[in-house]
Amino acid sequence: MTAPAMPFRGSYTSREQVAAYEFNWLAIILIPLVAIFIQAFLTAKLRWLAILDLPMMVVVFFAVARRNPISGCIMGAIIGLLQDALGGPAHPIGMYGITDTVIGYMASSLGVKIDVENPGTRFLIIYVFFVVHQGVYYGVGHGLLRQSLQWSWSHVAIGALANAVVAVFLFQMLDRFKQR
Amino acid sequence: MDTILGRYKNLIVLAAILFAQIIALAVQVRRPTQEGEIRLLRVWAIAAVTPVEKAVVHTENWLRDKWEGYLYLRSVRRENQQLHDEIARMKLEQVRLSEDATMARRIQTLLAFKEQYVDSTIAAQVIGTSGSEQSRVLYIDKGSNDGVKPDMAVITPTGIVGKIVQVSPGSAQVLPINDQLSGVGAALKDSRLQGILKGASNGTTTLQYIMSDEPVKPGEVVITSGGDRIFPKGLLVGTVASVEPGKDLFLNIRVIPSARLDRLEEVLVVTKIEEKLPDTKDLGPIRASDILSERLPGLPATQDANAAGNTQGAVSGTAAAGQSNSALGAAASKPGTAGTAKPPAPNAVSGVSTAKPATPPGSVPLKPNPTQAAKPAGGAASPVVKPAQTEGSSTGTTTAKPPAQKPPATAPADTQATPPTTQSTSPPTTPPNAGEPPPQ
Repeated sequence: MTAPAMPFRGSYTSREQVAAYEFNWLAIILIPLVAIFIQAFLTAKLRWLAILDLPMMVVVFFAVARRNPISGCIMGAIIGLLQDALGGPAHPIGMYGITDTVIGYMASSLGVKIDVENPGTRFLIIYVFFVVHQGVYYGVGHGLLRQSLQWSWSHVAIGALANAVVAVFLFQMLDRFKQR
Repeated sequence: MDTILGRYKNLIVLAAILFAQIIALAVQVRRPTQEGEIRLLRVWAIAAVTPVEKAVVHTENWLRDKWEGYLYLRSVRRENQQLHDEIARMKLEQVRLSEDATMARRIQTLLAFKEQYVDSTIAAQVIGTSGSEQSRVLYIDKGSNDGVKPDMAVITPTGIVGKIVQVSPGSAQVLPINDQLSGVGAALKDSRLQGILKGASNGTTTLQYIMSDEPVKPGEVVITSGGDRIFPKGLLVGTVASVEPGKDLFLNIRVIPSARLDRLEEVLVVTKIEEKLPDTKDLGPIRASDILSERLPGLPATQDANAAGNTQGAVSGTAAAGQSNSALGAAASKPGTAGTAKPPAPNAVSGVSTAKPATPPGSVPLKPNPTQAAKPAGGAASPVVKPAQTEGSSTGTTTAKPPAQKPPATAPADTQATPPTTQSTSPPTTPPNAGEPPPQ
């Protein structure tokens, strides 16, 4: 006795997770691209804005909303690789890819277990994920590639704070693209 | 088996994606791309992002032009007056500078010094960055379609910016001087100490490989040395911000770039650098005495009189009289430099250069002092001179010896025309170190 095959609903959400959200395909493609574009464009005008990591925020947003570790991994890998592609010779393709893959996996795994709709929770998870992101990036650059990266706790803490504040507002904006 | 795969499906996918990317990283590290070659993924990403960035930047510029063209005219009258004043002041300064420039060009010609000129440039707009803190590369809106190639210098009027590393048809990637992979041949403007300007991952720039016993002070200007064959010599790089002792006997000199690397909008890509002699058409004929005066050691003003007196006989009859006489005399009269002074071009004063300096009876031959050997007056054209042993008597009789000096490597044609008429009849000159043992 086999279960009847369920029709494909065009959903990007795992069918096992009832509370998971769906997104329009267009939003799934355009939101990361716009984030990468804004990141690259704004930092040309104001260099200090490079402390923000909009693509990472987008990875976390989609991962916690869809609550599917596999799609979180894939989304993180694609966004990270696109970020890598814009980097220079000191930035081999795959550094952000690995980092965002890990973040996507962790965020989606976390999204299954805790409520991530609350602004306070969002602030905290982005704060923590930014630190993890920087740590994984440093590990890949320093450990695998022997790059002379510098680690500064104060810089990471300030960056995490800035990203967490921006992410709270960004997530509220992106909530409009959610579909049940 | 199915249960295990199903249970650890997520972890297996994560491990597979990570493994694939680590392999990709390893391949890139093992086989870096050849010069000019770009990874396909980069081409796609650049092709997707840069057109939008170009459109946004050009729209922004158009709007700004309109604003400045129509609504910003209120302050034009005042600014016009200020500019008139500025022009008047600069005209005065130009007179002085043109004199200096004329002299400099003449000297460069005399020394056959080829100067690097920025022959042509392309103006480009900065349209984006890598977007990350670690990589500081910039994107400009000019690419191979506009003649941009890898390793071209990128500059601004205030200082250098970086070099082109990757080029696509409509855009190019610039590696700025504060990127951790960047290295620029640089020198301190005043002391002419040369080092390498390197960037760091935190965006600072340091001048490296300058010995720790060299006096370097904050505020000194750093310019390009031309040693990297990318940036022409003499372009402004920045100023020294701090000096600290570094590793391995070298100083750690932090430099603040002159160009605002964090707020660049327009840059110039140097597409052609030409090496040529300065144009001297309007400078008039070059005299042999000019050449000699530039190739001989300088003379402090206070010693002029003595020098002239001492050397009148020594080089009398030399065509290259005047400046060269006094200079030669200065060298002879200076303590410790008598045997090491650099004589003029051999043909010009052959009587002096091939003869041994006269020494009073009883005095021992002069020992050359290598530490006080006259330094070349400038450039590759300066002759290297070995001191001649002193022999003979006060009568001025000189004994020719095998060549005591090397002729200049690239003596200008004018020096050949100077008649070699000198005979050494000078009174004996006892150098201060005459009592030292003869050279081996």
